[in-house]
Amino acid sequence: MSTTEDTGAEVDDEVVEPDPDAVSITVNGRSVTARRGDLVIAAAERAGDYIPRFCYHPRMSSVGMCRQCLVEIDTGRGPMLQPSCMVTVSEGMVVDTESETTKRAQEGILELLLANHPLDCPVCDKGGECPLQDQAFSHGPGESRYVEEKRHYEKPIPISDLVYLDRERCILCDRCTRFADEVAGDALIHFIDRGNATQVNTFPDEPFSSYFSGNTVQICPVGALTAKPYRFKARPWDLEQVESTCTSCSVGCRISVHSSRDRLLRFQGVDDEAVNWGWLCDRGRFNFESVHADRRLAEPLIRSAEGLVPTDWSSALSITADLIRSAVDGGGPGSVAVLGGARGTNEDALAWSALADALGVESRDARLGDGLGLDLLDLPRATIADLASASTVVLMAPDLKEELPVLHLRLRDAALRSGTRVIEFTQSGSGLTRHAWRSIRHLPGTGASAVAEALADAEVAAQLASGPVVVVAGRQNLAESAEALSDRVGAVLAAAPEAGVLPVLRRGNTMGALAAGLHGPRDAADILREAAEGRIDLLILLGSDPLADFPDSRLARTALARVGRIVSLDGHLCASSEQADVVLPVAVMGEKSGTTTNLEGRVTPVSQKVTVHGTARPDWMIALDLASRLGVDLGVADLGDLTARVTADDRGVWSVPTGVEPAHFESVVGTNYDFRLVLSRRLYDAAVSTQCSPSLEGLAGGRGLSVHPSDLERIGVASGDDVKVIGPRGSVVLPPGCRTASAPTRPVRSDCSRPSPTASNSSSKRTSSPSAPIGWSSSWRRSSPSCRPS
Amino acid sequence: MSRFSAENLTLAREIVSRYPRPKSAVIPLLHLAQEQEGWISEEAMREIAELVGVTPAEVRGTGTFYEMFHFEPIGRYLLNICGTMSCALMGAGELMHAAEEELGVRAGGTTDDGLITLHGAECQAACTEAPCLQVNYRYRFRVTPDGVRQLIADLRSGALSDEIPPHGTLATVRQHIPSDRAVGAVDPDVDTAPPAWIPVTVEGASS
Repeated sequence: MSTTEDTGAEVDDEVVEPDPDAVSITVNGRSVTARRGDLVIAAAERAGDYIPRFCYHPRMSSVGMCRQCLVEIDTGRGPMLQPSCMVTVSEGMVVDTESETTKRAQEGILELLLANHPLDCPVCDKGGECPLQDQAFSHGPGESRYVEEKRHYEKPIPISDLVYLDRERCILCDRCTRFADEVAGDALIHFIDRGNATQVNTFPDEPFSSYFSGNTVQICPVGALTAKPYRFKARPWDLEQVESTCTSCSVGCRISVHSSRDRLLRFQGVDDEAVNWGWLCDRGRFNFESVHADRRLAEPLIRSAEGLVPTDWSSALSITADLIRSAVDGGGPGSVAVLGGARGTNEDALAWSALADALGVESRDARLGDGLGLDLLDLPRATIADLASASTVVLMAPDLKEELPVLHLRLRDAALRSGTRVIEFTQSGSGLTRHAWRSIRHLPGTGASAVAEALADAEVAAQLASGPVVVVAGRQNLAESAEALSDRVGAVLAAAPEAGVLPVLRRGNTMGALAAGLHGPRDAADILREAAEGRIDLLILLGSDPLADFPDSRLARTALARVGRIVSLDGHLCASSEQADVVLPVAVMGEKSGTTTNLEGRVTPVSQKVTVHGTARPDWMIALDLASRLGVDLGVADLGDLTARVTADDRGVWSVPTGVEPAHFESVVGTNYDFRLVLSRRLYDAAVSTQCSPSLEGLAGGRGLSVHPSDLERIGVASGDDVKVIGPRGSVVLPPGCRTASAPTRPVRSDCSRPSPTASNSSSKRTSSPSAPIGWSSSWRRSSPSCRPS
Repeated sequence: MSRFSAENLTLAREIVSRYPRPKSAVIPLLHLAQEQEGWISEEAMREIAELVGVTPAEVRGTGTFYEMFHFEPIGRYLLNICGTMSCALMGAGELMHAAEEELGVRAGGTTDDGLITLHGAECQAACTEAPCLQVNYRYRFRVTPDGVRQLIADLRSGALSDEIPPHGTLATVRQHIPSDRAVGAVDPDVDTAPPAWIPVTVEGASS
């Protein structure tokens, strides 16, 4: 091996440097190579020797709570029983997982764990997939010597709106409480009354209202934690499952979809090293309920004198084809526009893009005025793994906890455990603010100068130069333009040229839809403006609801009122589809197969698990049918052809082509407004998938306005009174949904830009302070001293 | 109701500043809250959580481990009668019986006037003086049933109010550490100096 002093070419290929981290141990008489720092339980499992466990979870720190993983470990001082989840491997270690002593110890622990565990397996949701049940059979003593009365608690108590806790079944393994504290950062459940009566519980009147509470149900090794949507719905052995991808947001978490008797019953996270590590947010986990909602469209609807009336597919499709033909023949392809596509699969987007190509329709956009500029999506892309291993992450994004919750978990983990330093530019604080190395508050409209100022800081510059940099870029304030963001990202990239960019997109498949070609020279705002001017004869909505989703709702309303005809493809009847001339019911996630593209550009399969609702069809099928009715050839015959085109894309990453020049953001102009508006969203909003899921519906708080109490006091509004917000494009009355612990420098913040149905006529509400106009959109002015960034 | 008084809030902030990590102040602050109110209310736990930057659930989880923190209203005097082996053999049962009869409450209860709470307790480490009991953790040795009745009468009449401070009072004399002797809040991750109990090798000295 001394030959390594020469160039690599002369080194014998077969001479491999020994891995300095390799540790060889003996497990059950066999020699096994592990790596320094490996836990014995993990090393043994990789070698094929399963050690029973309850509290150990590979994605969380070891605590040695349950003692079930006791094995005999000999490090030269003779074999001793030690918990294998707390001991790391060392050279020459001898592990015996099957010795008589080990067996006796494990049986003893199981007998103790079962001493107080009720034997209600026949009525327990976990029965059949329960680690305690399974390991009692595989590693237990078979019978118990305990005849005493077991511990009793009130059976299940709700610890949040979604999770129930049965303390009798709990074996105090600390998995849920560790998850809440370590992973989610919401330590709202804790061991209390420690001692003889230890139990997991919340603080009184402070429920476990974490966005990640569903994960505790999945990792609970017994039936102590159960999720409300799944309780008593099925037995595990009746479930069929298929692996798929969650499309609730653009992270693309890997999931396992479970159904029984053709109904979706639950989603479980799948541990994908690159994406979600097995975690899911509660919205992604529980919004499958909307698939079977009453509001689902079962058959095509066409507008008649009596409003929308059901019809059959053949007439609905021929009417649609006629509408397209007459619009193209009448006003040319420019009079047809396609909006949406981000909720479907890549195949759906590809089929519609091909149809639009064939017809010459250029006006199409999968974003709805709240997406990112194409120039931003064309920058060198980072992956989530890059983010987790970067030395610096520059965060110029909305609160990830609200928009991309699992990405928030990954970044939080990196910041807390991998030494990643987060430089955050924020207008109103975020879930990561307390873990950020630098959290830079700035007023809306002053982002560019805040970034320039930060980059001029020598410490920041040194940090950026110290290793890989990932920029997380997204629209944290929908009242600001996307171009403003592009400029800021550009400034960071100029300082860190090697940096990758991770775009924050809310809708599941925006990236895939754009890559498939659902974008054109005119974006959604241009299209709606044209429509408002009466220049669009036919508007095709691919699962999009501009009335609810487009930030400028007045423009959307005018546009939809002026447009000639509307064809809507949607799973549920929404505000926009209610105005349509033809509504075509489509299959939603869970009902169709294909692929989806996440924010990294990663293409993953989505799988059909249940049959479609009513006569709904996937979007791609409708596009192909229309193509044949219109006499155009798309060159594809079925789903397989479309998928082949997606996966055969020779650009490697399914990237977004663009020829668009980056625009430049006009500088801030002075206005006469007192406050600046930060327009952002919460996890639970008026989205159809949330509103149609009974378990989540009640969690959506609707629209609200956060104003710092001292500002409210200054303008003379009593707390709890409604506030009228006046801006250049209109006014709105909002309840001050002031969140607790708002920082003293918090500027005005409006949560949830999507008007919830109940709040749409809010202008009739009481107005307390009409004399206090609050600026929004592109007009800014230095606000009160209390709104200055820290 | 039971927020910290202005004076105690200042003291609480000072206590937090003594530790490198604010979280370490949870137990001292629980003592402070119990000293102020005689017991620890939910409101007090919320305030402590705010002061040290953890969730109220964590404060509750930490506090409920300790026997001497009380999370329900408690009398001005807490009477703990030992019932473990030595005291049991020496007549603790009669003491408890006498106390229950005299106070009109069962073990665990508080008298209607809120003066005395009666608890049965485990060994108080005074077996040679059995049977023993504690009033607000102040010992009474070799107690007889008549002694219990007399003690209760004295507590009621206020004859012992000088000797026994109200429940929750940690000490009548506060410890004062001169600032030059205070260790201060040194972050253990930052502090690289060896601990004081490890003898420092004099440089240059041979072994």
